[in-house]
Amino acid sequence: MKGTGSLRNVSNKLIYGLFITLVIGLVSVFGGADLFAAYAAGTEAAADAASTGGYGPAPVTTAADYPSYAGVNGRLAIWIFAQLHLWFAAFVLAVPIFVFIIEVIGMRTRDKRYDDMAYEFIKVSITAYSLTAILGGLLLFSLILFYPDLFSYLSVIFGESMFYYALLFFGESAVLYLYYYGWHWLQGGLKKWIHLTLGLTLNAVGTTLMLLANAWLTFMMSPAGVDPAGVFSGDTWAAIHNFLWNPINIHRFVANIAYGGSIVGAYAAFKFLTARNDQEKAHYDWMGYNANFIAICALLPLPFAGYYLAAEIYAYSQQMGITLMGGIFAWLFIIQAVLIGTLFLSANYYLWCGMGRSDGAKRYTKYIKYIAIVLVGAFLVWFTPHTLVLTNSELKSLGGPHHSILGPLGIMPAKNTAVNIMITFTFLSFLFYRRSNKVATVSWEKTGNIIQVALFSAGIVNILFLGIYHGYFTNTVYKVAASIPQVMTTFTVIVGSLILDSFIYRGAKDVGPLHWGRIPDRAQYALFLLAVAFTWLMGLMGYIRSGIRQHWHVVDIMRDNSPDAYTPTLGYAANVVSIATIMFLAMVIFVFWIAQVSTKKSLPAGYWKE
Amino acid sequence: MRIPRLLQATLVLVGVYFGFIVVFDYILEAVIPRSLLTMYMFFVTAGVFMVFTYDEDQMRELAAPIKAMVEDPSKRGVRNVVFLLIPLLVGYGVYDKTMPSFDAPVELRTIHPAPPSTAKIYGERVNLLTLENPFRHYETEDPEQFAEYVEEGAAVYIENCQYCHGDKLDGKGPYAEGLNPTPLNFQDIGTIAQLQESYLYWRITTGGPGLPKEAAPWISSMPVWQNFLTEEEIWKVILFLYDYTGHAPRSWGAANASH
Repeated sequence: MKGTGSLRNVSNKLIYGLFITLVIGLVSVFGGADLFAAYAAGTEAAADAASTGGYGPAPVTTAADYPSYAGVNGRLAIWIFAQLHLWFAAFVLAVPIFVFIIEVIGMRTRDKRYDDMAYEFIKVSITAYSLTAILGGLLLFSLILFYPDLFSYLSVIFGESMFYYALLFFGESAVLYLYYYGWHWLQGGLKKWIHLTLGLTLNAVGTTLMLLANAWLTFMMSPAGVDPAGVFSGDTWAAIHNFLWNPINIHRFVANIAYGGSIVGAYAAFKFLTARNDQEKAHYDWMGYNANFIAICALLPLPFAGYYLAAEIYAYSQQMGITLMGGIFAWLFIIQAVLIGTLFLSANYYLWCGMGRSDGAKRYTKYIKYIAIVLVGAFLVWFTPHTLVLTNSELKSLGGPHHSILGPLGIMPAKNTAVNIMITFTFLSFLFYRRSNKVATVSWEKTGNIIQVALFSAGIVNILFLGIYHGYFTNTVYKVAASIPQVMTTFTVIVGSLILDSFIYRGAKDVGPLHWGRIPDRAQYALFLLAVAFTWLMGLMGYIRSGIRQHWHVVDIMRDNSPDAYTPTLGYAANVVSIATIMFLAMVIFVFWIAQVSTKKSLPAGYWKE
Repeated sequence: MRIPRLLQATLVLVGVYFGFIVVFDYILEAVIPRSLLTMYMFFVTAGVFMVFTYDEDQMRELAAPIKAMVEDPSKRGVRNVVFLLIPLLVGYGVYDKTMPSFDAPVELRTIHPAPPSTAKIYGERVNLLTLENPFRHYETEDPEQFAEYVEEGAAVYIENCQYCHGDKLDGKGPYAEGLNPTPLNFQDIGTIAQLQESYLYWRITTGGPGLPKEAAPWISSMPVWQNFLTEEEIWKVILFLYDYTGHAPRSWGAANASH
């Protein structure tokens, strides 16, 4: 008994330790401000000491200051390396987040399948981790070689944080290897707690790394802590905590999870299609479902995080805002809208196909066509451009470029309304999927369903009212502000409905066992499409985010005077992003393959001495 | 009689396609741009495909006539016709797309080009990111004075601007028909309601020649008004534009919200 008591003591201490780690983790994730404040205090003191002395203005460069090596175009090289590095980094930062969550679920439910799945996910990310580091190195060397003045200017401001970044990266590697290689060793009881603590630490360190790197790139867009000539005040915290830092942090954190989910979903699809027996098929179908679930969970709030970022860019600079959405990059935004719509459509299609796993799904499949009509309708509004491509005869017929019906669909209130509707109906698909194998046993099922229908109807009416009234009949302050209650309405519908559903289906009977693996191959291609669309989307939007700086390395502070200081044509940019996407996907296929190779064994007869 | 699923799917697509044309071109009398219709139909087709194929049995039913047409020896006649028609249709499509036409090429004109951060106006370099209408504060501080400024702006507008932009500010002035691109319709929610006052000031003062490269300078007959009007007159005209249309300039604080 004593032994058990002391074990409980140790266990309590570990829980306490875990709690503390969790708090630190959450602070670093959501309240990076506080974490960095301590760091800032040190740098402020340094600032006082320096009292602006020692820091020069931003370098003024000429074309001769941008060396060329082996005939390689510096901008193109950096563009591709940065993009490839970012894709892998997003993936390897995201995977540990949901691996940790899945591991916790496994520990709580004591269902080993979750633990095995979490391990398989992290296994995929290990090779990707090495590639992230290699590509990061390539990016760094390219930056030093091709843009030496910019790099030295940034290192004056962020030198300290760069040093900590390198140390953190070292720490990240150590924790990741312990977490991965110790997976089977640290199993059961206390050891599992230690393993989970490692997982949490891994996430805290990884997210802090991302926050630091985000500070450098957002400084280039919305510089802070420097005077108009670029003279550094010495306050590193001010430079880190610049205007666009937190909007990017939030957007990237959410997007990384959605992206990571989509990539492991593609892995599961790959394994499903190459499975040799029904058992393997069932396993990878289940894995694909979970990966898609993670991707959708993060995808639902993503448009709001994106809208917040764009609104903040607009608020920071009208010029950057208009370049982004009304000027030259507006056409890439149409492609972005199409790709986001594709994400929603493929995620829904996968859910609908997945309903075939249950024998009770027929009760709900009759509604799918209506969901599809709403989704496609909202999608059409979502990508209707503000500036229409008109032939001369159309221009003549309309009496000008303004279209009285389609014109109003080109601005943000229509887009926000459409995306909220798309999210609400995607959730409805999920709700039907969830219900498809269950039969409620509570007496008030009908009343519960009526309340749920009322909740959805009221939510949709409110979303439409906010979008139409505030979007078109008030000024821009209310127009932008109305997006918040719209989002809140969508979340209220989702959360309210989930709570209600959990009560309706408390103690529900299963229609029968779920037939994992009973899903058409087409659904696996929907998972591939999800991963490809995400990758492409990130590439395009990353280019736009960077491109809105136009001819500035650091906006309004340090001018880009290289021969490449021009905005390339949209076609050229789209080609570069597309080629980079293909390169990344080829590397990802390599990662999938190598994860398989590690499990293969061959026994060459007669090769080894007996 | 139950309609075969392949025919159902085809009828839905044809119905939606002609539905768009009938509703926009004939009922609403606002032609739907064919480039947009193509995009719309691509995703409507994707949606129809999704609904008709998420279930294995439905997919089999949908594909059955195609499978039979390709594999069934008794369908040889139909097969030959279809296999002849498809390349012919594709060939016609290629011919139609590549055939030179007398129409001027379609231009992707940026209507709202991004403003520069600074511009030279009335001989001085002005920061457009921080520039504000010097008369705007009267709206809350001295509404009577504000109304007077709006009135003065209206007079300037009627004397100078309405010939193109119209007396209802809807872009349909007496000269509008003769211009390409046509003058901007300020009543449209997608124009001045989306912009800060400094943007309007930049566009009015520097006119068509002051457009940046992305919007193709000179492809606008808007005069360079800083050559004809005073700085104050232009700010007052801007007050009038917002006042008459009922729009408010884009702003970031609730303090500026007047509606």
